[in-house]
Amino acid sequence: MKVLMFGWEFPPHITGGLGTACFGMTQGLAKAGVEVLFVVPKAYGDEDEHAVKIVSASKIKLNIPETVENKHWDKVTFIEVGSNLMPYVGPEDFTKVMELSKAKSLAKTSSVFQETFEFSGKYGSNLLDEVSRYALVGASLAETLDFDVIHAHDWLTYPAGIAAKQISGKPLVVHMHATEFDRSGENVNQQVFDIEKSGMEAADRVITVSNFTRKIVIDRYGIDPEKVITVHNAVEHFTKPEMSEMDRNVDEKVVTFLGRITYQKGPEYFIEAAYKVLKRDPNVRFVMAGTGDMMHKMIRRVARLGIATRFHFTGFLKGDDVDRMYALSDVYVMPSVSEPFGISPLEAVRSNVPVIISRQSGVSEVLTHAIKINFWDVDALADAIYGLLHYPAINTMIEKHGPEELKEMKWDRAALLIKDIYLQVVKEI
Amino acid sequence: MLKKFDVMRSVCFFFQVHQPYRLRTYRFFDIGDNHHYYDEYLNRSIINRVAERCYIPMNNLLIDLIKEYGENFKVSLSITGTAIDQMQQYAPAALKSFQELVATGNVELLAETYSHTLAALKNDEEFRLQVRKHSAKIEELFGQKPTSFLNTEMIYNDEIGASVADMGFKVMLTEGAKHILGWKSPNYLYCNAINPRLKVLLRNYRLSDDIAFRFSERKWNEWPLTADKYANWIKDVGDNEETVNIFVDYETFGEHNWSSTGIFDFMKALPAAIFKDTDFVFSPPSEVANNLQPISAIHVPQPISWADEERDTTAWLGNDLQDEAFDSLYSIAEKMKHVEDPSILRDWQYMQTSDHFYYMCTKWFTDGEVHKYFNPYPSPYEAFMNYMNILSDLIIRVDRYLLAKESLTPKTDANLIGATQ
Repeated sequence: MKVLMFGWEFPPHITGGLGTACFGMTQGLAKAGVEVLFVVPKAYGDEDEHAVKIVSASKIKLNIPETVENKHWDKVTFIEVGSNLMPYVGPEDFTKVMELSKAKSLAKTSSVFQETFEFSGKYGSNLLDEVSRYALVGASLAETLDFDVIHAHDWLTYPAGIAAKQISGKPLVVHMHATEFDRSGENVNQQVFDIEKSGMEAADRVITVSNFTRKIVIDRYGIDPEKVITVHNAVEHFTKPEMSEMDRNVDEKVVTFLGRITYQKGPEYFIEAAYKVLKRDPNVRFVMAGTGDMMHKMIRRVARLGIATRFHFTGFLKGDDVDRMYALSDVYVMPSVSEPFGISPLEAVRSNVPVIISRQSGVSEVLTHAIKINFWDVDALADAIYGLLHYPAINTMIEKHGPEELKEMKWDRAALLIKDIYLQVVKEI
Repeated sequence: MLKKFDVMRSVCFFFQVHQPYRLRTYRFFDIGDNHHYYDEYLNRSIINRVAERCYIPMNNLLIDLIKEYGENFKVSLSITGTAIDQMQQYAPAALKSFQELVATGNVELLAETYSHTLAALKNDEEFRLQVRKHSAKIEELFGQKPTSFLNTEMIYNDEIGASVADMGFKVMLTEGAKHILGWKSPNYLYCNAINPRLKVLLRNYRLSDDIAFRFSERKWNEWPLTADKYANWIKDVGDNEETVNIFVDYETFGEHNWSSTGIFDFMKALPAAIFKDTDFVFSPPSEVANNLQPISAIHVPQPISWADEERDTTAWLGNDLQDEAFDSLYSIAEKMKHVEDPSILRDWQYMQTSDHFYYMCTKWFTDGEVHKYFNPYPSPYEAFMNYMNILSDLIIRVDRYLLAKESLTPKTDANLIGATQ
């Protein structure tokens, strides 16, 4: 079994949970005997390649027109990308399918793309351009590589996945790590929504990272429930960073929010709850670690509530600093408004930090030993924080049972479920 | 075949009537400020629902059976203080109905702790105080002084039995736990291992659970259970066996098994079926204990109960949450001896109700729809945090009360708190 996998990022170059999940998944798949060709827009050369073969999209020569001409002249459709990539004109136009027999457009396309592109691999302003170019890469790779199934992670890679499917005729599995509704609430970006929808419609199977996401996919995108399968994310074991007592330079208990400071993560609920706790017990420090478009608003709110001496912002943390933050924390809070999975609470549990998570998260489906609240219920959140700080039995319980639970959440297990899905779709073709 | 006609063989029915005072969602910012702990709406609606579906129709059914069969049909029940208080508060018709039932003269009322506590496992003094309070309440409302006893959730061991004997009770009910009985049968009268004057009746859990848990279970190969079939099972116990002890929650009738399952019809038909096929009569615990000779002492070193497969106390105590809550609760037991404020005393008792600890049980993560069914909290953690918030408030009130009391008392040595108690 060989899978052509389209990702957007891969450790160590990650901005969110997607790269981490892809890493664990490919390792698990490799163990299960699945060969993975992992495509990322930009490979830096220092990625861990022992499980997967990393193919950087930047290194792919886009020679689609020639190869298509050679092999798939009559039955294969080709994705036309207009030479004017800015501004992006929407997925319908972008994926406008035309017969390759139209020689004129062939010439036009080849003139633009017979060269290597530098992909930034970042979520930037030309994101949609890059998504489009990446799709061409997908088509090109599908033409030259040998594989059994295509697996695309999140909407950024769906056009690539679709193109690869169209060129190769191999089954497509798309993986929903997040939906546009999670990221933007009700103010969805129509273009992104459309790409997500067409990706899922073109796919033979849709994998969702939780039942929470599965429901959104079925209800909001109208995808056939029969082909939507939940495979919960897993967590890699890691060695707990050694922290001496000296490293804790504050006496107070520390309550931590760690994540992007965006609508999706519910930072304002954390602040309101902090205010309620501090009114009763000033011997607590709250930390909001991360950055995001709501950060300035959150800083203003903290200042207005007059709790700034007890409420701290760290900015973006990465690598060791994240581990250090967990080690310093007494309580970890994830009040997400809409969280398809949410791997960070598992990382906190791994560091023996008890967690409070919103019920609007996929992780709440798999984590038993955690306090679960509705994100809007600031009183319940404040109460849970207070309880964890004042009634030590909860910590004892969670520390006792949390690690046991994590042992069950192995990528090896999730990978077997994914492999099963591959086998199904390969059989159906 | 040898048949002992000289001994009257009994079916001993016991019904447990209990309702806890369920706690409201109590946030930490209420601590020290708001002293109202109970979910009035929930408590009112549950007691009224249960009164309507179970207490009143079942009382009426028993009254009819007593009228029909007279001396041959006697049953026993225990109503906890918290159930009585809630009936007085929210469902007086139900209490009146129980009084009518007891007035037939064929119902023995048992004693237990007032608020269905686990005090027997922790604090013998509080245990006895609660038993006295419950007996007094029963006597006041029903004109009957209990001589038989059961502890909360049938919790029993040799020491608890000895303490109960010491309080003057003649007979105590508990679970016929397999690991205690071994090869022995629960269908005889036993006695306490420390004080043989206390008789012990052991629950026949198979025949009890056939009614309580399996009656409406359609997947059960004996479904549907008819009175005739059940009478046959009673007939099938050994010819020498003397008493079949059927101890069930009263809510078995109409609440856990809805009326539509035929549970009332079953119960209505049962006496006739038993009288037709067997030589058993229906007797309450005190009569069984009087009629029979104990065949041996029953040794129970570790506490047993009627709960779960294990028949132990791990549904209420043993995990970190339960133990911390339990220890914190009884940490104020000494102080409570100096409290006379009725509302603090009431809350102290209601907070001891075993159900609060049951809600903190983590066993239901893996087993037991039963646990979930009775649990108003989404998880043991919520149950624990809420309980601890309220307990923190109660502790503050006790301390404030004692401080105020102390400041009112002239500071002479003789009057120091505790010195004269």
